[in-house]
Amino acid sequence: MSEKKKKLQRIIKAIWIFNWFNSCGFCELVPVVGSRWDMERFGMIIVGTPRHADVLFIAGYQTLKSIKRAQRIYEQMAQPKVVLALGSCTITGGMYWDSYNTVKRLEDYIPVNMYIPGCPPRPEAVFEACAKIFQHVEEMD
Amino acid sequence: MYILRSVLGPFVVAFIGIFFGLLYKGVDRILHARMQKRVGPPVTQPFLDVRKLLIKENLVPENAVDWLFNLMPVLSLVSVTSILLYIPLGFEPLLSTKGDLILILYLLMLPAICLMVGAFASSSPYATVGAQREMVMMISYEFPLAVTIISMVWRLSKVHAASNLFTLEYISTHPLWGEVGVFGAIGLVILLVVLLTVIPVELSRVPFDIPEAESEIAGGLLAEYSGKNLAMFYMSDAVKAIVMAGLVVALFFPYTISQYFGWPLYLEYIIDFAFFLVKTFIIVFVSVTVVRTAFARYKIDQVTYVFWVPVTVASLIGLLLLYLDVIL
Repeated sequence: MSEKKKKLQRIIKAIWIFNWFNSCGFCELVPVVGSRWDMERFGMIIVGTPRHADVLFIAGYQTLKSIKRAQRIYEQMAQPKVVLALGSCTITGGMYWDSYNTVKRLEDYIPVNMYIPGCPPRPEAVFEACAKIFQHVEEMD
Repeated sequence: MYILRSVLGPFVVAFIGIFFGLLYKGVDRILHARMQKRVGPPVTQPFLDVRKLLIKENLVPENAVDWLFNLMPVLSLVSVTSILLYIPLGFEPLLSTKGDLILILYLLMLPAICLMVGAFASSSPYATVGAQREMVMMISYEFPLAVTIISMVWRLSKVHAASNLFTLEYISTHPLWGEVGVFGAIGLVILLVVLLTVIPVELSRVPFDIPEAESEIAGGLLAEYSGKNLAMFYMSDAVKAIVMAGLVVALFFPYTISQYFGWPLYLEYIIDFAFFLVKTFIIVFVSVTVVRTAFARYKIDQVTYVFWVPVTVASLIGLLLLYLDVIL
């Protein structure tokens, strides 16, 4: 078993999330926190500072000005770290696709590990993404 | 035997403290979730959190004072486990001197001071705000805590004329409930309530978690900590819950049940320890879990008001009732 797999196996049991949510972005994660879907079942909690976080959730449409802050948050996180992009605005600019000020390709600015499409993504989609990550880690060499 | 006890004892107690502290944290999270109609994490979640934090990168900010920043988590864990050596865990404590209780009062300040120094050393503005809030909170809760402990020992001194009244071992073998009249019993109940209100502040849990308010000041005191250092603060926080609950148990409910069984000695230790765990768990449940589910966070001025006016007055009324109990 490789060193990386050992580390990731520990991390997927206790995922601490930091949110970078612009505009309507937070409505995409609220159902996941609430009592119906309850992400704390999998040990995921939301923390208040990037230093504690393992996963950075990015949602809402990103402007050229706000992406600088997201980059600084990403730089402050401790290794190993993962970035998930939630929702269509984050991925393609969404309904603001023709604005001069919108980020249309997020991976030009931040190394994104996974995209979760939808407007907003269903909580099931978020959990499916998590399940995929878990499975990926289990199948690693 | 003595050498074995003094060498291995502290390690065993530290292990017990960390293990059961983390376990209580897990149960607390499950019960908190169930009260909110959620499923909640597995019981082992705090262990998994610590296991994860141990492999995370340990970041030290560029402007931080390195040695202070790295020393404080260790000192916090050490000081909080050293309090546990003075607390009777169902059996007699490992260490016991003439002035235990006063020493514990001072040692209880140490983890908070470690947090504060670590936060100031990290040079983050959020951590500095958190440290200042923690300082204000310490000023507010120390007085009722001291009044409670001193008045109990003072009442005990009117019953027994021993010289080692301040040792927890003596207090826990001579419970006060049987010695006092009606006024005294009411006073003791008030003092118990005061001590139960002090527990969540001491642990900085939700209604009083202003120093680490994650939604306003980004984690506050711990804003810059990550990796191993954060894990150590996490564990010392867990042990502190056991310490505070153990203090309440030793002062108010020091009863043991092993004498009703007549089993061999080592089984007696185990059953008394199990009974101690049950008592501490009930106290943690009442004063931490229920309170943090039912209340929202206070503002800093509200916390200061609550502890300087109502709680201090309540503790002084408790003292007065104990005094009335003696003179009437």
